[in-house]
Amino acid sequence: MEYFAKKYQVIVIGAGHAGIEAGLAAARLGCETCVFTINLDWVGNMACNPSIGGTSKGHLVREIDALGGEMGKAADANTLQSRILNLGKGPAVHSLRAQIDRRLYSDHMKHVLELQENLDLRQAEITDLHQLDDGTWQVKTHLEAVYTADCVILATGTFLAGKVYVGDVSYESGPDGMFPANKLAVALKNMGLPTRRFKTGTPSRVNRRSVDFSKLEIQEGDENIVTFSFDCNCEVKNKLPCYVTYTNLETKDIILKNLHRSPLYGGKIDGKGPRYCPSIEDKIVRFAEKERHQIFIEPCGENTEEMYLQGLSSSLPEDVQLKFIHSIPGLENAETMRTAYAIEYDCVDPLALKASLEFNDYSGLFGAGQFNGSSGYEEAAAQGLVAGINAAHKILGKEPLILERSGSYIGTLIDDLVTKGCSDPYRMMTSRSEYRLLLRQDNADHRLTPIGYEIGLISEKRYQKYLKKLELIDIEKKRVQNLVISPGEEINKLLVSRETSPLNTGVRFAELLKRPQLNYELLTPFDKERPALPYEVFEQVEIDIKYEGYIKRQQAQVDEMHRLEVKKLPEDTDYNSIHGLRLEAREKLSKIRPHNIGQASRISGVSPSDISVLLIYLEKECKK
Amino acid sequence: MTDKTTIAAISTPMGTGGVGIIRISGEKAMEITDKVFKAFSGNALVSSEGYKAHFGRIFDGETAVDEAICLVFKAPHSYTGENVVEINCHGGVFIMKKILRLVLSNGASPAAPGEFTKRAFLNGKMDLSKAEGVMSLISAQGEQGANAAYNLLEGSLSRKINEINSSLLSVAAHMAAWVDYPDDEIEEIDDTNLRNTVQTALIEINTLLSRFDSGMAVTTGVEAAIVGKPNVGKSTLMNLLTGYDRSIVTAVEGTTRDVVEETVNLNGCILRLSDTAGMRETGDLVEKIGVDRSRKKLERAAVIFAVFDISRELSDEDIELIEMCKGKTVIPIINKTDLDRKADISIIENNFGKCVAISAKDGDGYDELCETVTTLIGTKNFDTTAAMLANERQRLCCENASASLKEALDAMDFGLTLDAIGVCIDGAIAALLELTGQKASEAVVDEVFRQFCVGK
Repeated sequence: MEYFAKKYQVIVIGAGHAGIEAGLAAARLGCETCVFTINLDWVGNMACNPSIGGTSKGHLVREIDALGGEMGKAADANTLQSRILNLGKGPAVHSLRAQIDRRLYSDHMKHVLELQENLDLRQAEITDLHQLDDGTWQVKTHLEAVYTADCVILATGTFLAGKVYVGDVSYESGPDGMFPANKLAVALKNMGLPTRRFKTGTPSRVNRRSVDFSKLEIQEGDENIVTFSFDCNCEVKNKLPCYVTYTNLETKDIILKNLHRSPLYGGKIDGKGPRYCPSIEDKIVRFAEKERHQIFIEPCGENTEEMYLQGLSSSLPEDVQLKFIHSIPGLENAETMRTAYAIEYDCVDPLALKASLEFNDYSGLFGAGQFNGSSGYEEAAAQGLVAGINAAHKILGKEPLILERSGSYIGTLIDDLVTKGCSDPYRMMTSRSEYRLLLRQDNADHRLTPIGYEIGLISEKRYQKYLKKLELIDIEKKRVQNLVISPGEEINKLLVSRETSPLNTGVRFAELLKRPQLNYELLTPFDKERPALPYEVFEQVEIDIKYEGYIKRQQAQVDEMHRLEVKKLPEDTDYNSIHGLRLEAREKLSKIRPHNIGQASRISGVSPSDISVLLIYLEKECKK
Repeated sequence: MTDKTTIAAISTPMGTGGVGIIRISGEKAMEITDKVFKAFSGNALVSSEGYKAHFGRIFDGETAVDEAICLVFKAPHSYTGENVVEINCHGGVFIMKKILRLVLSNGASPAAPGEFTKRAFLNGKMDLSKAEGVMSLISAQGEQGANAAYNLLEGSLSRKINEINSSLLSVAAHMAAWVDYPDDEIEEIDDTNLRNTVQTALIEINTLLSRFDSGMAVTTGVEAAIVGKPNVGKSTLMNLLTGYDRSIVTAVEGTTRDVVEETVNLNGCILRLSDTAGMRETGDLVEKIGVDRSRKKLERAAVIFAVFDISRELSDEDIELIEMCKGKTVIPIINKTDLDRKADISIIENNFGKCVAISAKDGDGYDELCETVTTLIGTKNFDTTAAMLANERQRLCCENASASLKEALDAMDFGLTLDAIGVCIDGAIAALLELTGQKASEAVVDEVFRQFCVGK
């Protein structure tokens, strides 16, 4: 029988990467919060690859950390191997990635939630959700308990009406054999949320004992490890390596012969799959000229022999999977422990959301993560953090946190989702940011820690530490701008050997640092007075000096855009009554309801003259 | 709101009037004008106290281009409420364009549709009651500007721009894939290749820019289409209009066999006139394409010469044409007045007003037609600068793209990392995509997935 269980301020549905950050942020900002999950044994489950970070995703994790989120710390604490990708390609695209002990990460996150003040963690399937007449939300569990809350955050991942496909076999299921959330899917549909079907997939896992490592290339971690968190107190070490192998013509042949047995090619799956995460059959069909595809074999943890086969995601039948795995060098005798599968799930059209991640049409209801059409743990966590903060802000009567796209990848991600929408699961990429020289992973603290501090998620101690770093950077920058290096045999020998012009007269140290061929380390012998500072300080000074011109240019673009971002469009603007807007613009603006002119200008179908009309309308309204 | 940019545009109709005015508005109006204008008095406009006229010459570098009078209005005592300079020069199309070009390349931006009026409103020079008027004006001019830009985008110029852009997109996508998928087997960026692509694109854009200057890529005037069912005498009318007057500016070979374009000058009104294929339902594929193009022309034209044959009764095709023309600016013409009148033209006149009766064959009614055209264009207040504006914007985009590519090359020469070079190339793509409204980052991302096999 239905019974009333408890009243909360914030309820989070789902304890994946989005749900965790959402719950923690809301609770840390003082809201009575409950996080519900279908299976308490897999809080923060990495249902796909056992790694966190990577290009632009590493940026997201550092930004989450700079704002006071948890992901970076948990990743640092459970790292198996760490690497900085893209070294040599420029600081804007340096990206940190770590292999993670999947089980330990999950336990770690569960424990963080359990210890969090103001937060309850509960195993239950939410089967119903609706808004009461007084505006509060009510949820019901499968055991008929009723809870109410001021705000609800939907972070349902791939559970919502989840359906797994392996060849011609398909069944209703969440990820990793967990229950799907079918009743909630119906409830959301009945509410009128614009839901749709997306799909994603994951490759097989094999037993380490059955892999022939003599045929594999080994991939070691970095010697000097950089952590995700700017506030990491643990020592991070490389514990296990990764391996590389390749598919071959035999693999290709097996897959092509069995293509008709794939539900994707047979037309059984309607869900839109991610373009950046193609199944092996997709890669072989679309890039027919390629003879081989690279496969990474990654450890899942120290206490397990399971290994993840990155690059072999597939929805072909099990017998075909076994066959093509065995065609790959090193995997001839591999024992599969889990079979690759594709999963189809319900998610929402993110155009129905505001930039705060609250629904336009449902006050107090928020969405985060895969539910919003994104893909990836980091993308999910970033949205969870913002949704959690904004649910708390709503309850506390504060302005929502809306991060500008010029200030962070998190802002770019959310702006893209709520302004342009997405037609396949959205993955972050550095190329999505037009301001990427400014949005580096090394300066995420500089960009976001003051915001995290103001919100209340960054402690005073950490903020002081950050201010100290800024001060050191400033002092060091002034020092190198004043320090003069005189010409001499030694220095000129170095310059010539680095293929850069020798000195005739004295130059400032900063001028030398500007040259791409030189860096702090090389110039050490000529900088005897150099103070002992943390590596991060020298790094910032060097990047600031080297890329000064480009940074200035991007900053000018940011300032230009900012003029439009500060012009707020009231939520209740009736676009249909604005004289002079074109029909298409009226429709798009009414649907997306941008929060400012800057966002409006990024909507496809809104022309520059529509923007002029809006500017005049705003002026007219404020003169009234 | 204060807008930091200084804008400029030709503010008199583009015809062959006696005097042309180029208006410049914004904080740097005087400063910019000083770079192209030397007063005979030797005084700079920046030191002018305002409400003064200055007589002098316009210079392109060392070369004098024209004599001109500059009127200086200081903020807030001007139409827009900002600093304003009005350059009064000789009214020829070529001279006006040349001067505007000089002003734009010295730091002004081309004014957007209705932008002077918008600024006037935002700076409190108009009262609230005028706001709606301003909004409709911007909207209407924007529409015209968009149509004009669309016209340009269909031409050979835009094909060239697209070609350049796709080569840049391809390297940008390669760089993006290489950066965003470091684990995938993406071929390393080859420095020589990258440099070649950027250099080739830069040379091609610069060639385009020089062609803009020689006027080859520039077309101006009011877009006008001659439409009608087959055999009503459209081509004869076209010949009449182009042949009678000696002031044909250019004869552009149409990209298609079916639409012939000519620029003609009717009593000082410049028309970009197209003679279209006869409108009728047809099974013939080639003819059908021609008819479709005619329809497009009809949709885009600012003025339509709808031609009807007075010697035959109106057919279904005529009625359909009338339907299609509704809501447009139409000059209804009944041709073949030299033959017996059989058609009942009341339905035409009910829709479009009084018909102009002509005999295209022997030239009767030509003067009357010219008069109708000039009155219509005069009273309708056509923004004949729309095409010009789109064109100037296109040129500016090419210039920005050229600057970005130059910067990319400099970064390469300097030995900077690919992230900085990539941002410059993205900048060039963004500039080239500006007219189509596409975003560079999306175009690059789409290209990555089209070209490369990436992802786990």
